[in-house]
Amino acid sequence: MQVYLDNNATTMVDPAVVQAMVPFFSEVYGNPNSLHRYGTASHPAITKAINQMYKGINAGDNDDIIFTSCATESNNWVLKSVWIDKIVNGDKNHIVTTEIEHPSVLSTCKFLEEQGVKVTYLPVNDQGIVEAHTLRSFITDKTALVSVMWANNETGMIFPIKEIGEICKERGVLFHTDGVQAVGKIPVDVQDVHVDFMSMSAHKFHGPKGIGALYIKNSEALTPLLHGGEHMGGRRSGTLNVPYIIGMGKAIELATENIEAKMASIRAKRDRLEDALLAQLEDVMVVGNRDNRTPNTILISIRGVEGEGMLWDLNNALIGASTGSACASESLEANTVMLAIGADNELAHTGIRLSLSRFTTDEEIDYVIERFENAVKRLRAISSSYAKVQPTPGGEAGECHIHH
Amino acid sequence: MAKNDLLGGSLWDQYSNKVTTLMNNPQHQGEITEEEASAAGHKLIVADFGAESCGDAVRLYWEVDPANDTIVNSKFKSFGCGTAIASSDMMTELCLGKTVQEAVKITNIDVEMALRDSPDVPAVPPQKMHCSVMAYDVIKKAAGLYLGVDENSFEDEIIVCECARVSLGTLREVIKLNDLKTVEQITDYTKAGGFCKSCIKPGGHEAREYYLVDILADVRAEMDQEKMRAAADAGSHGDFEAMTLVQKIKAIDGIVDESIRQFLIMDGGNMEVIDIKDSPDYIDVYIRYLGACNGCASSSTGTLYAIEATLKEKLSQKIRVLPI
Repeated sequence: MQVYLDNNATTMVDPAVVQAMVPFFSEVYGNPNSLHRYGTASHPAITKAINQMYKGINAGDNDDIIFTSCATESNNWVLKSVWIDKIVNGDKNHIVTTEIEHPSVLSTCKFLEEQGVKVTYLPVNDQGIVEAHTLRSFITDKTALVSVMWANNETGMIFPIKEIGEICKERGVLFHTDGVQAVGKIPVDVQDVHVDFMSMSAHKFHGPKGIGALYIKNSEALTPLLHGGEHMGGRRSGTLNVPYIIGMGKAIELATENIEAKMASIRAKRDRLEDALLAQLEDVMVVGNRDNRTPNTILISIRGVEGEGMLWDLNNALIGASTGSACASESLEANTVMLAIGADNELAHTGIRLSLSRFTTDEEIDYVIERFENAVKRLRAISSSYAKVQPTPGGEAGECHIHH
Repeated sequence: MAKNDLLGGSLWDQYSNKVTTLMNNPQHQGEITEEEASAAGHKLIVADFGAESCGDAVRLYWEVDPANDTIVNSKFKSFGCGTAIASSDMMTELCLGKTVQEAVKITNIDVEMALRDSPDVPAVPPQKMHCSVMAYDVIKKAAGLYLGVDENSFEDEIIVCECARVSLGTLREVIKLNDLKTVEQITDYTKAGGFCKSCIKPGGHEAREYYLVDILADVRAEMDQEKMRAAADAGSHGDFEAMTLVQKIKAIDGIVDESIRQFLIMDGGNMEVIDIKDSPDYIDVYIRYLGACNGCASSSTGTLYAIEATLKEKLSQKIRVLPI
């Protein structure tokens, strides 16, 4: 058996989505901007996809949903264009975000800081979320934008977007949320919460890679990131990626219809896995209250087992998981989210993220429970943290010097 | 960046078979107890390096025969990634049968070489090289404990880049000899900074005592000073062209005071040196006439020629005098 538990990284494309896309490669391939029938042939399907998108997040008719190449583009677009519109060509100078945003937000903010923009990185509490009242004290008259993710990719923790939206509305500040980990996993209703911009990515909800979107409330002005042939009303140029737009529409429809039932099914499997791991293993900890987490995510820390070592053993057991910790990433850093939460440095090197999908089965969960324990046992047997014979006097390790 | 870097490498696929095999099945993982060691009349040494909070921790066990300082049994425990476990295992293997004095000469490079499948292909990708550095550190620590000396006494030079084991002395020499100006050049010449990159500048994976950026800046500053000193020496020996700007101004002023100014003053005029510019073909001396010289017909012909000829004769044939 092989089990894919890295659905916060990307998901399998639903075969029904592939099926919806297929005709738009070699059968209906015209450029939708062309006047002839080859071009217009795709219009009904694109319109359907647009409707599916609007319905998926309950957007209003005065709102825009612009297709982009990915959520990284959507995030870059909002941050860079708010900078151009409100800071370079306006009287603002400040952006507020959080310590644990996706790199497409954090790296863009670092870039903007190099351009002279002031950026505030809000801290998170021990649950890994930003408390709405923290935001209030950091908004100034010069604040152009607040950007806070809806749910975190590492922990699955859900942020108080409704409260944050109200504060931004009250203070007259634009609010952007990176909704990548929320859309398709939990109910997202942009008429229930106040967000001016929301980024989305199809491949996180069983759609194809290479297509994302940006929701824009009331068609708020925002200088385009990509200039060109005035596609999508001039908001985002580039020939419409027809099959992928259709795929994204189909995917959001499948992910959001009866979402409560889907969530309940995924949550039951997730909780069973989480309970089993907590019961069978000593010295383990799961980050964040599960009631306030996306129903598919577990970030578990296993004392004495370094994250990449654990991934290696899981991979040998044909289980795909992930870690943001130490050796696994090219940057060799500890899990930044865990450090931000205030977890011990030890824990930051032992985090393993398991993320399920609606395709995860009960048999797969059983298999993971069994193999996970084996991997922990083997690695703890090798681990110095679980050694019995202690160092010769004077042979203890000094201060850890591998820190930032 | 180039074609081969477009798709970031698959870290695990770059491990040698030996690394993979030892990670899956380490040969020397385990512990040695005091009872086991003393029963055989041996001395047990247990040394730790790193910590869980660092992301890497290793504990090395040596059972040493005090009669000949030979490591007769060795085990390890490791909290770390695959390469950390594999390199700890290989380090333990390399210690076996050696005397403590021999073992302390084992470096992380030896461990990495021993993990290679073929001599020309690295056992691990560059960013994983640091995982074997701990193996070297923990051996020194164990040897220090056994011999009752400070672990740092085994290191006769300061190692700046532990991954590539490049010393401060080597770096300083290479920078000077090859007139290196960037850290990238240093990495090209020495491999220092090419692996975990901690030693390049503060803020990397690991805090270091010395950083390449600082060493480069220091050595460049020294080189500049040396150049200046050489120029000063040259100046004091009368080599005008090698002089620094200030020396040149002083020299010119000296000549002007000695053999030119008096004649100008006699006619109710004077001059001052404004600037000096060096080019490959000329040393341009900009002057300004004062008093009666200002507007005098001779100031752009005979007088100017006389000033230039004097400076040329006394200082350098490259001098051109330009009134402003």
